[in-house]
Amino acid sequence: MSEEEQTYSASGEVGQVRQRRTRVQRSIIELKKAPPTALFGMVVVLIYAFVAIFAPLVAPYGEAEIFAQPYAPWGGEHRFGTDQIGRDIYSRLIYGARNTIGIALMTTFLSFAIGGSLGLIAAINQSWLDQFLSRFVDVLMAIPSLIFALMLLSIFGSSTWGLILIIAVLDSTRVFRLTRAVSLGVVVMEYVEAAHLRGEKIGWVMRKEILPNIMPPLVAEFGLRFSFVFLAIAALSFLGVGIQPPTADWGSMVRDNASLIQFAQYDFKGAITPLLPAGAIALLTVAVNFVVDWFLHKTSGLRDEH
Amino acid sequence: MHPIVKTILQRLLLGLFTLFLVSLIIFSSIEMLPGDFGEAVLGQAATEETVAAFRRELGLDQPAWQRYLGWVGGVIQGDFGTSFSGRAASGVDRSRAVVDLIGPRLSNTLFLASMTALIAVPLSLFLGISAALYRNSVYDRVVNAATLTTIATPEFFVAYILILFFATLYPWFPSLANVDGNMALGEKLYKTALPALTLTLVITAHMMRMTRAAIINLLASPYIEMARLKGVSSSRIILKHALPNAWAPITTVIAFNLAYLVVGVVVVEVVFVYPGVGQLMVDAVRTRDIPVVQACALFFAFTYILLNLIADVIGIITNPRILHPR
Repeated sequence: MSEEEQTYSASGEVGQVRQRRTRVQRSIIELKKAPPTALFGMVVVLIYAFVAIFAPLVAPYGEAEIFAQPYAPWGGEHRFGTDQIGRDIYSRLIYGARNTIGIALMTTFLSFAIGGSLGLIAAINQSWLDQFLSRFVDVLMAIPSLIFALMLLSIFGSSTWGLILIIAVLDSTRVFRLTRAVSLGVVVMEYVEAAHLRGEKIGWVMRKEILPNIMPPLVAEFGLRFSFVFLAIAALSFLGVGIQPPTADWGSMVRDNASLIQFAQYDFKGAITPLLPAGAIALLTVAVNFVVDWFLHKTSGLRDEH
Repeated sequence: MHPIVKTILQRLLLGLFTLFLVSLIIFSSIEMLPGDFGEAVLGQAATEETVAAFRRELGLDQPAWQRYLGWVGGVIQGDFGTSFSGRAASGVDRSRAVVDLIGPRLSNTLFLASMTALIAVPLSLFLGISAALYRNSVYDRVVNAATLTTIATPEFFVAYILILFFATLYPWFPSLANVDGNMALGEKLYKTALPALTLTLVITAHMMRMTRAAIINLLASPYIEMARLKGVSSSRIILKHALPNAWAPITTVIAFNLAYLVVGVVVVEVVFVYPGVGQLMVDAVRTRDIPVVQACALFFAFTYILLNLIADVIGIITNPRILHPR
């Protein structure tokens, strides 16, 4: 990780107290070397995070506040107009950032908790448990995840927690595969064996010996999985079976206002209203992808293409 | 036995086994339904007799394994049961067989998917291979950036942008793709133009990137470098050295993306109100019409598994190392 090359000189090393750069300094140096796409991605992600966290302060109106005029035009009191029952679209966009991103983040964390721990256990165990988990994951992955999610939603109904749980479990299969694959190379190392022989417990070995060594690919995967989960939830909400009203969410906002597109010739601004939330989704996923691409490229040769 | 036949048979058996497990999962979905859904389906006013009759029709009085066998037996003969919708509390049963609901939509979905595949596969193979051959050129970078952006975009965003430009601002194509069986092919093609274009954009992006990665991976292998070093002409390198080994990754890429296409169809069908299986499934999920959901899920999963199976088999057949066993 820390690969600042310092030219070696024996007298210099003897004579000088070696100053390590602090974490902040190192990250500033890395940031300066980052390509413009990655910087763009980071800026976008930061803006989204800011808007999501401070949504009540940024938004002019409440999330479910209803005004007298449905389908109000742009400008005036409502910057982007109002939707079919008279809710302010601008405010809903801002709250949508909080809801949609929050739910996607929670889902991704959960999916990493499930997939990551099972993957580690499978890699350490490497016998019947590993076989069982791996075959089980194979079967789960044989069903396209959107279809699987739709089926499970039809059984358990569409509640936000159900949605989080279902997507997290379905997505954890990919996390499981990756975690297992990268930790297989680590569990055979001598230091892991030494820890086992020292009598450390499995949990300790997992956290202190293996996890730090498989972190970079997992972090990159986190970004990728986040954008997949984000897209999946947006798609489900768009289909009307994801996040339910009155919670503001970008996927269902697209769906609610989609009919406005038909009037593009008369009111162009009004017609692109449904494209705003859709564009917000697209921009965030593109930004996350840019950052992940750079991170992957930097930490390893995991991905040759760029 | 020839090693190829053996490997293919193994793969086929594995595919069948997966299908069996998948059918188990899909079947058990009705087991996981919370509480008594007889009343939920028939409504609050349902009498005890109608609920009991409904439960008997579903076979809830039999053990699960018997119902599973009955269900699978029916599915193999093309009987997916009857839909939950159209039932009333009074016991009047206007429900329709699931097959009648899915049947006409199946051909529509397959029509849309194959139309997309016909355009997308050649296009993305061409883009991917040419980007790999001229990698790091301006052309490569432009194609790459464009595809990365398309991949990260939800399908409905692409779809609505296309609608905005090609259906409302410049009304060249209809935004509603309400095809039916009696239409002439020309009209059908015209109506499905926008959905097919949306899917093509999304699929091409995926497929092109994967093809490019596969080809670059291949061109970096030592034997290609050896051929280049000993002075073989570049066309000969591609045709004689690279291509035989490229079939497997290319078919994998194609099949993987066709499988992806099968799923992508769902969202696009809803956007364009295209009467296909995907839309039927989403509607059924909303009304919690489990038999229809099961049948649709089975259709999608089956297609998905089948395509992956075909890719694997083609990969095995075209692998030169198995073709010429020592």
